[in-house]
Amino acid sequence: MVDYTPTEMMTVSASRALKNDDVCFVGIGMPSAACNLARLTHAPELTLIYESGTIGTKPDVLPLSIGDGELCETAVNTVPVPEMFRYWLQGGKISVGFLGAAQLDKYGNINTTVIGDYDDPKVRLPGGGGAPEIATSCGEVFLVMKQSKRGFVEKIDFVTSLGHGKGGDDRASYGVDTKGPSRLITDLCIMEPHPVGKHFIVTSIHPGVTREDIIENTGWTVEFADEVAETPVPDAHELQVLRDLHARTAKAHEGQQ
Amino acid sequence: MVARFMSLKEAVASCIKDGDTVSMEGFTHLIPHAAGHEVIRQRIRDLTLIRMTPDMIYDQLIGAGCAKKLVFSWGGNPGVGSLHRLRDAVQEGWPHKLEIEEHSHAAMANAYDAGAAGLPCAVFKGYRGAELPRVNKNIKFIECPFTGESLAAVPAIRPDVAVVHAQKANKKGDVLFEGIVGVQKEAVLAAKKSIITVEEIVDNFDDVPYNAVMLPNWAVTAIVEVPGGAHPSYAQGYYKRDNAFYKAWDKIANDRDSFTAWIDEHVMKGGPEDFAAKREANKG
Repeated sequence: MVDYTPTEMMTVSASRALKNDDVCFVGIGMPSAACNLARLTHAPELTLIYESGTIGTKPDVLPLSIGDGELCETAVNTVPVPEMFRYWLQGGKISVGFLGAAQLDKYGNINTTVIGDYDDPKVRLPGGGGAPEIATSCGEVFLVMKQSKRGFVEKIDFVTSLGHGKGGDDRASYGVDTKGPSRLITDLCIMEPHPVGKHFIVTSIHPGVTREDIIENTGWTVEFADEVAETPVPDAHELQVLRDLHARTAKAHEGQQ
Repeated sequence: MVARFMSLKEAVASCIKDGDTVSMEGFTHLIPHAAGHEVIRQRIRDLTLIRMTPDMIYDQLIGAGCAKKLVFSWGGNPGVGSLHRLRDAVQEGWPHKLEIEEHSHAAMANAYDAGAAGLPCAVFKGYRGAELPRVNKNIKFIECPFTGESLAAVPAIRPDVAVVHAQKANKKGDVLFEGIVGVQKEAVLAAKKSIITVEEIVDNFDDVPYNAVMLPNWAVTAIVEVPGGAHPSYAQGYYKRDNAFYKAWDKIANDRDSFTAWIDEHVMKGGPEDFAAKREANKG
């Protein structure tokens, strides 16, 4: 039995969601680690795209920003940012968007804009960046986020990016024909949208985590699937590759003046 | 009119005045930090600052009191956290109140493209189901006259001045960009005037690919040679992003006094010549 942390469990589970032939628009932070882990393990041909315009990038270390030089040096091609958003994203060429959030509701609607009132915020967050259109233009969306009552709320303070809206077929009423959030990977479990209601239901629980742990760390009433799986633990190879990636990254980012 | 070679002091003084709308662009790469410092040194005020990712460069300009309004789509220190000066201005009104106009990246990229293309607005599939249209009156929806599809529309970006950094200019004043090229070309072509700082001025461009991103000298107002002028951002082929300084900025900017002391020491008492040493330190 290999020891691993809840964050490693989350990152490995998130990486397994990606397939070798996916074309993935990568958000910074947790998504970036998961996407590169997938590329370095089971999905070597996975195409990773960052909003800085780098297409098919294969960085040796995780970028601190979405535009570190290594993303360009290892990419198949680097295109101007308007082209990135117009032809590649809006043009429907990207199969998966991988996003994180500050606040999330049970329909996978994302807030990365403000906590509190927009005009008089308690906390001003960075904003949407690429996410509002990544959320609607990619074939489907995977979300990765550590679970907490503060982050997983009944009602988000601001809808930065559309998930399943108010549930059911609400998403389509905005003229959006893509699938939207199809998987939410946390440090406790994996959730997937209910086939009809589109609210997240727990479909797989990470080993050692109880239903109570999930309920205590969720601001909405948690629903479990009829058959809940146990998430397979990270294998030794995945953990080694992930830890090496983080070690290379830490060394690269601290090594500068 | 053909581009003129100037000092940074002369370029900023002759192109940017109080109340102007200014775009300093560079998508993580090639951010014109030396030019931003010069705007702070010249105490230019009431600027409307436009930038997709107002990271450290606009944190400095906002904290130093140069900005009246910010138009942006992602305001953070990438991979590190918040922009404390931006947050202080928005939440506490320090050093004074800052008006914000917030968009998505797709909207701003399209708006620059429309500005460069001479269009009044940009039309795109955006903001669907998103809440920004409720708080930003510059986001509207129009109907496609052919299909009836609802499309987002935002005004074209047409800055008074665009400020960007590039790798090279030649002696004639043509400018070459390489690597992550962001929206720099669009910003310059959309603007009335432009200042371009470069790593070096060369006699001729050798072995430039046929499709390299270039601006001919007649499309540029002022060119200034500032080696290292993008630091702590980077210039592909010259020096790396100083990620350690982006992390250090989080602490410097988190406190009004330490921020002000840093600006006094490194900007007010500094000059564009200080950037060359940063370039050397971040090579390799």
